Amino acid sequence: MDKIARIDMGAAGGPKVTVGDLGEYAGLGGRAMTSLMVAAEVHPLAHPLGAENKLVISPGMLSGTTGSMTGRLSVGCKSPLTGTIKESNAGGQAAQVLARLGYAAVVLEGKPEGDDLYKIVINKDGIQVIVDNSLKLMDNYPLVAKLREEYGDKVAYMTIGSAGERKLLAASIACTDPELRPTRHCGRGGVGAVMGAKRVKAIILDDAGMKMRPPKDPEKYRDANRKFVEGLRKHPVTGEGLPAYGTNVLTNVLNEAGGYPAYNFKSGQFAESANLSGETQAALEIQRGGSATHGCHRGCVIQCSGIYNDKDGNYVTKQPEYETVWSHGGHCGISNLDTVAKLDYMDDNIGVDTIEMGVTIGVAMDAGLAEFGDDAAAIRLMEEVEKGTPLGRVLGSGAAITGKVFGVERVPVVKDQALPAYDPRAVQGIGVTYATTTQGADHTAGYAIATNILKVGGDVDPLKTEGQIELSRNLQIATAAIDSTGMCLFIAFAIMDQPETFQALLDMLGSFHGITMTGDDVVALGKKVLSAERDFNTRAGFTKHHDRLPRFFYNEPIAPHNQTFMMKDEELDEVFNW
Amino acid sequence: MRVTVKLFASFRTGRFEIETVDYPPGTTVADVADVLKLPRNELGIMMINSRHVKLDRVLDEGDTLALFPLLGGG
Repeated sequence: MDKIARIDMGAAGGPKVTVGDLGEYAGLGGRAMTSLMVAAEVHPLAHPLGAENKLVISPGMLSGTTGSMTGRLSVGCKSPLTGTIKESNAGGQAAQVLARLGYAAVVLEGKPEGDDLYKIVINKDGIQVIVDNSLKLMDNYPLVAKLREEYGDKVAYMTIGSAGERKLLAASIACTDPELRPTRHCGRGGVGAVMGAKRVKAIILDDAGMKMRPPKDPEKYRDANRKFVEGLRKHPVTGEGLPAYGTNVLTNVLNEAGGYPAYNFKSGQFAESANLSGETQAALEIQRGGSATHGCHRGCVIQCSGIYNDKDGNYVTKQPEYETVWSHGGHCGISNLDTVAKLDYMDDNIGVDTIEMGVTIGVAMDAGLAEFGDDAAAIRLMEEVEKGTPLGRVLGSGAAITGKVFGVERVPVVKDQALPAYDPRAVQGIGVTYATTTQGADHTAGYAIATNILKVGGDVDPLKTEGQIELSRNLQIATAAIDSTGMCLFIAFAIMDQPETFQALLDMLGSFHGITMTGDDVVALGKKVLSAERDFNTRAGFTKHHDRLPRFFYNEPIAPHNQTFMMKDEELDEVFNW
Repeated sequence: MRVTVKLFASFRTGRFEIETVDYPPGTTVADVADVLKLPRNELGIMMINSRHVKLDRVLDEGDTLALFPLLGGG
C-alpha cells in the first residue's frame, strides 16, 4: 500500500488515471485515509453529487496481510444523504484484494459529461477505465453475474445497482463475498449515489500475481496474530454467540430490554419478536440447508453471517443482519422472516442501505401509504424503488425525505440519516452516539449497546444518564481507530474484555510497521480522525444544534419503561471536549 | 411464588424457552441459575421485567426473569 490512484472521471478527452506516492497520507488506511483526505481535499460546501466531491476508497492499515479479520474497506466522501463527511465501511473481499494490489486509496474525482457508464479494472498491470453502456440500470446480482463472464471468479467486484445510477440518497456500494455474492455493502450515507454521479458502475479488483503484504517483523506479526485469534475464539461473543446466531441474536435481547423500536418507534417491544429472533433464524437456515455460520471475507474467524434459503432450499440472500431484520421487521410491524429475507435480497440487488430503506418503509406506513404489518405492501413499495418510479425515488432517498414529502412528524433521523435498531429512550448511551457522531445516526460509530445492554466492556445503566457521555466519547474514539485498521468492529467485544487480546492487536499493528504501538497511539489516531471529521462538518455548516435527536424522543415516552431521552443538550456538547 | 423464566440462545439447549415455575420466597437470580445448571461464568445478561439485575437480586411473585449468555452483535 505505497501508492494512491486518482481517477479524474471528468478529464478532457476521457477519464484520466494518475498514480502517485502517499505524500501526506503515508501510514494511513481505512477511515483515517478517507476522512483525512475528504476533509483536506473536498470543498465543505460542495454538492455531494457534483464534480467537486471525491469518492475515496481505502483498505484498512492491515488489509491484505495474513492478519485475521482485516477485510474491512472504507469508502468516504461528502454524503448526499446527510451533507456531512461520510465513512461507510463493508466487509467482503475488496479490501484484501485492493491492499494486495498496493493501493492505499483509489480516489474517484470529477464527473464526466454525457451519459456513458464506466467500469474500472484494477490489476497488477495498472488501471483501466472502460466505457460499458451494456451495464446500464442493471442491478447487483445480474450485474455481477454478467461481469463474471468476462472477468471470472478470482476477482472481487464493487458495484452499484440501479439505485446508485439513479443517485438515490439511500444507494449503497456492494462488495462481493468470497463466493462472489454482492452482499456486503458500504450501506450508509448514499455513497452509491456518489459513485453513480461519477458514472462508475463497477470496479473489478484482480490481485492475480500479487502477494500478501509483508510485515516488517514477520515473526512477531505471526505470533501476535495467533494470540489475537486465540482471544477471539475464547471470548463468548466472538467465539460462540456470533458464529452460532449472527447479529440477529440481538432481537430477543433488545426486545426483552424494552429497547426494540416497533411500529416506527411507537413501542419499545414487539409482540411477535420471537418469530424474527436470531435463534429462530439460525434454526430455519440450518433446517433449509443454508448455513448459520459464514464469513464475509477470507481470514474471518468470527463468521457472524450465514446463508438464508427458501423453503425449497434455494438461496435467497445472506443471513439478514439484526438491523435489517428489525428495520424490515418489527419497525414495520412485520414478523415473517421470509418477507424480511426477500426485502434484504431486494436491498442488496437494487443497491440500497437496509437500515435506511426499512426505516423509510415504516415512515411511509406511518404516513398511510400502507398498513403496518402488511408484508405484500412493503414488497410493493420496494418494487417502486426497483423500477425507479417517482414514488420509488422518494422512498429511495430515505426516511427524512419521505417524511417531508408525506407530512410525517415522527421521523427517526439525525442529520437526515435513519436511526438503527435501538431506541435511545431505553438505551440512553446509544442516543448520545446517534446525536453526536459525525456520520448522522449510526450505531456502529460508538456502540454503547455493548456496555448499556450486553454488559460487555463494562456496565452502564441504559435507563440513566450517568456515564453515557464519557462512554460514547471513548467508544467513538476507539471506533474511529478500529475503522482505520481494516479490522472488523466486532473484535471490540473481545478486546474490551480481554487486555491480552487488545495487546495482541497493538502488537499486530506495531510489528507490521516495525514500530511499538500503545493504547495511547490508538486513542491519538481515533481523535485525529474524529477531529478532521468534526472540522469538515463545521465548515459544511453543522453546529451543536444538529447534534440532537428529533424532538419526539424528548416528548414521547415509550413503553415499557415510559421514559424519554433525558440527556441534556449541554451534556451532548461535551462529547468531543477531550 | 410464581416466576416466569425465559432462556435464550445456547441456554435453551437441553432446557426450555419459557416456563412458569414455583420458587420459594427469597429465591435469587443465582439460585435459579443453579437449579437450571447454568454456569455462573456463562451468565451474560440478566433481566427482571426488562431491567438489568445482578445475581443476588431476590425475585418477587409475578416477575419475568430473562437469562442470556454473553452476546453481541450490531
